[in-house]
Amino acid sequence: MSVMHPDEASARRLAGLAAAPSAPPDPSHGDGSLVDEPGKRAPLVLGNRSFGDVTNIVCGYIENKPARWWLPAVMFTGSIAGLGGLFIGYLVITGIGTWGLNNQVDWAWDITNFVFWIGIGHAGTLISAILCLLKQKWRTAINRSAEAMTIFAVICAATFPGIHIGRQWMAWMLFPIPNANAIWPNFRSPLLWDVFAVSTYGTVSLLFWYMGMIPDMATLRDRADARMRRNPNGATILPFVPIRIDRVRTFIYGFLALGWRFSARHWHRYEAAYLVLAGISTPLVLSVHSIVSFDFATSILPGWHTTIFPPYFVAGAIFGGFAMVLLLLIPFRVLFPYMRDLITLRHLENMSKIVLATGMMVGFAYGMEFFIAWYSGSKYEQEAFLYNRLLPPFFVGEGERFAPYWWAYWSMIGCNVLSPQVFWFKALRRNPLVIFIVSFLVTIGMWFERFVIIVTSLHRAFLPGEWHMFHPTLVDIAIFVGSCGVFLTLFLLFARYLPMFAIAELKAVMPQASPHHHPPESGSGHGTTTGGH
Amino acid sequence: MARHSSGPIYTTEAGVPVYGIIAEYTTPADLYRAAEMVRDAGYSRWDVYTPFPIHGLDEAMGIRRTRLPVLIACIGLTGAGLGFLMQYWMTAVDYKMVVQGKDPTSWEAYIPITFELGILSAAFTAILGMLAFNKLPMWNNPLLRKDRFLRCSDDRLMICIEASDERFDQEKTRHLLEAAGGTNVDLVEEEPEKVKTEGTGH
Repeated sequence: MSVMHPDEASARRLAGLAAAPSAPPDPSHGDGSLVDEPGKRAPLVLGNRSFGDVTNIVCGYIENKPARWWLPAVMFTGSIAGLGGLFIGYLVITGIGTWGLNNQVDWAWDITNFVFWIGIGHAGTLISAILCLLKQKWRTAINRSAEAMTIFAVICAATFPGIHIGRQWMAWMLFPIPNANAIWPNFRSPLLWDVFAVSTYGTVSLLFWYMGMIPDMATLRDRADARMRRNPNGATILPFVPIRIDRVRTFIYGFLALGWRFSARHWHRYEAAYLVLAGISTPLVLSVHSIVSFDFATSILPGWHTTIFPPYFVAGAIFGGFAMVLLLLIPFRVLFPYMRDLITLRHLENMSKIVLATGMMVGFAYGMEFFIAWYSGSKYEQEAFLYNRLLPPFFVGEGERFAPYWWAYWSMIGCNVLSPQVFWFKALRRNPLVIFIVSFLVTIGMWFERFVIIVTSLHRAFLPGEWHMFHPTLVDIAIFVGSCGVFLTLFLLFARYLPMFAIAELKAVMPQASPHHHPPESGSGHGTTTGGH
Repeated sequence: MARHSSGPIYTTEAGVPVYGIIAEYTTPADLYRAAEMVRDAGYSRWDVYTPFPIHGLDEAMGIRRTRLPVLIACIGLTGAGLGFLMQYWMTAVDYKMVVQGKDPTSWEAYIPITFELGILSAAFTAILGMLAFNKLPMWNNPLLRKDRFLRCSDDRLMICIEASDERFDQEKTRHLLEAAGGTNVDLVEEEPEKVKTEGTGH
C-alpha cells in the first residue's frame, strides 16, 4: 500500500522532515482509523498530527473564544438546574409528601435517580482504571471527559439520598457521630455502607481526575505565560478592566498545576502513583455498585432479595455509563473542530462493543431472575416477576390479572436488550448517528431498569390491602430534570475551562513518543510501518 | 539563592549565578541516548524534561524505583485497620448494639466500610505522597523563568544539568550535552531575568 500511515507522517514532521502530502484515507477504513488487518495497529490520532498540534487543539478549546452555541447552551441548562434547585428548596420547606410517595411505595424516583446517576459514573472509572490496567491505549482520548462525567454524575447522585431523608437538616446522622442518645450509626446497615462507598468513590474519582490534570494545567499555564512574555498587553478580561486574561490563566492554572515542570524524575513517581490509583480504583468501582445493590438485595422483599444483584448492577452501571459517554462525546465531535482526529470512529466502535457486551450481560441477568424465581419455587418471587412486571393486559385474558407496570418493564427490555443488538453489524456500530440513537435509548432503558426494580417490587408487597400505584408529581419530575440540568451545565463548563483530553497521555501513545521509534530517512520503503510501542 | 555545592560557584557574564545548563533534543530516541551518556558521565543532579512520560527513560537515567507503592500499601492497610477498629469500638464497645440478632462483636458486616476506608486512605497517600516525594507544590523554579523551557510542556525534550552537581563544569558539561546531540545549549540563571519586569504594566 502506498498510503502513508498518518502517525508516520507526523513523526517525520516532528523530526523536521518535510511534511508528506496527506493522502486521503482509504475509503474502506472510514476516517482512517478502521483498519481491520490483524498485525496492523489502527492509528489513535488522525490527520498527521504532531505533538504541537495535539496541544494546540486541546488548549485551543479553552483559549479561543467559545463557539456561538456555548453561552446559550449553558444558560439553558443552567436555568434548568436552577429550576431544579428551586423545587428542592420547596421540597425541603414543605416535606417529601410533595413527591408522589405513599404508604406502600416509599422509595420511587428519588432512589431511581440516585442509582441511575451513580451508575453513569462507573464508566469514567472503568475507562481510567480498568482499561489502564489492561493497557488499552485508546482510552487516552476519552478518559478525561469520562472522569469529569463521573464526578458530575456522583454530584447529581449524592443529591437524592441527601434530600430523600425527609428532615434534611439531620443529614449529619449519616456520619459516624453519636446522636443525642449517644448511639452510633448502624454499621450493619447497607444504607450506611452506601454512604461510605459513594463518598469514597466521589473522593477517589476527584483525586484521580485532578492528578491526571496536573500536567495539562501546567501546559495551559506555560502557554499563557509564554503569551504574556511575548506580548504583555494582551486581551483583558473585560473592556476597561486592566486585568489580562493570560495573567488570570497563569495564576489559576499555575496554582492548580502545583509547579509541575515535566521532570522525568517527577513523571517516574507520577506514573507509579497513577498505576496504584488505577489498581485500587478497580476493586473500588466494582464495590460501589455492589454495595448500592445491597440496599435492595439484603432486604426480604420479593424482586429485591436476589443474589445476582451485585454483578448485575455493576454490568448495568458500565452499560449505562458508556452510553452516557457516547451520548456526550458524539455531539462534541460534531461541534468542536478537530475533535474527530482525536476521538476516531475506532473509539466509537470500541465503546459500542462494550455497550453490546454489557447489554448482553444485563439481558442475561434479566433472564436469570426469572429462572431463579421459578427454580427457587418461591411463590412470592414468581408473583412479583409475573404480576408486578411482566404480563401486559393484552397477553392475559379478559378480566384476568396483569402487571400494571408492564410498560415500564418492556421499555426496559426494548431499550437495554434489543436496541444494542444493532451493534452486531459492523456498518451500524461505526455510524455515529446510530450509536447516538442507541445510546439515548440505553440511557432511557437504564433509568427504567432502576424504576422497575424499585417501584414494581414495592407497589405490591405482602399485604394486598396496602397495594398502591405510584404517580409522580411535578416536584418528582422537576427535580429529576433539574439534575440533568446540573449534569449538563457542569459538563459544558468543564469543556470550556478545563482540558477535555489528557494531553500528556494522548501524546504518550502516539508512535513518535516511543524511544524505539525512528522516523524514516527519505520516506521510501517504510511507508506503512506503524512504529514501535 | 546559593546551592549547596562543594565546587566553584559559576556565574554568567553579567555576574548572575548559574542554575544549570539546558539542551534540547529532537526525538525520544536521541533523548534516550543522551540520558544514558549523562548518566554514564556520573552526574547526579540533573533531570530530563519531557511533555509526556517516555517509556524506559527512568532506566536510561538510572533512577531508582520509587518507594511510593510501599508507602501507599502501609497507609492503606493502616486506614483499613483503623476503620475496622472504629466500627468495632462504636458498635461492640462504646454502645453495644444488637442488630438482626447478631452478637455485637460479629465482624463480618464491618468489611465493606473497612474496605472503603482502606481505599480512601491509599488514594490520598498516592497523590499526596507523589507530590511530597516530588517536592511539590513548588510554584517557583529557575527553569520556569526560561522562555525556551516553557516549550517542554508542548513538544520539546530537554536535559538540564544543574550547577550544584559536583561534576559540573561550565565547559565540559556543555561539551557533553552537545556531544550527546543537544541543540540550543544554554545557561539557566538563578535570579529572575530582567526582561520579566519590563513593561508588564505594573
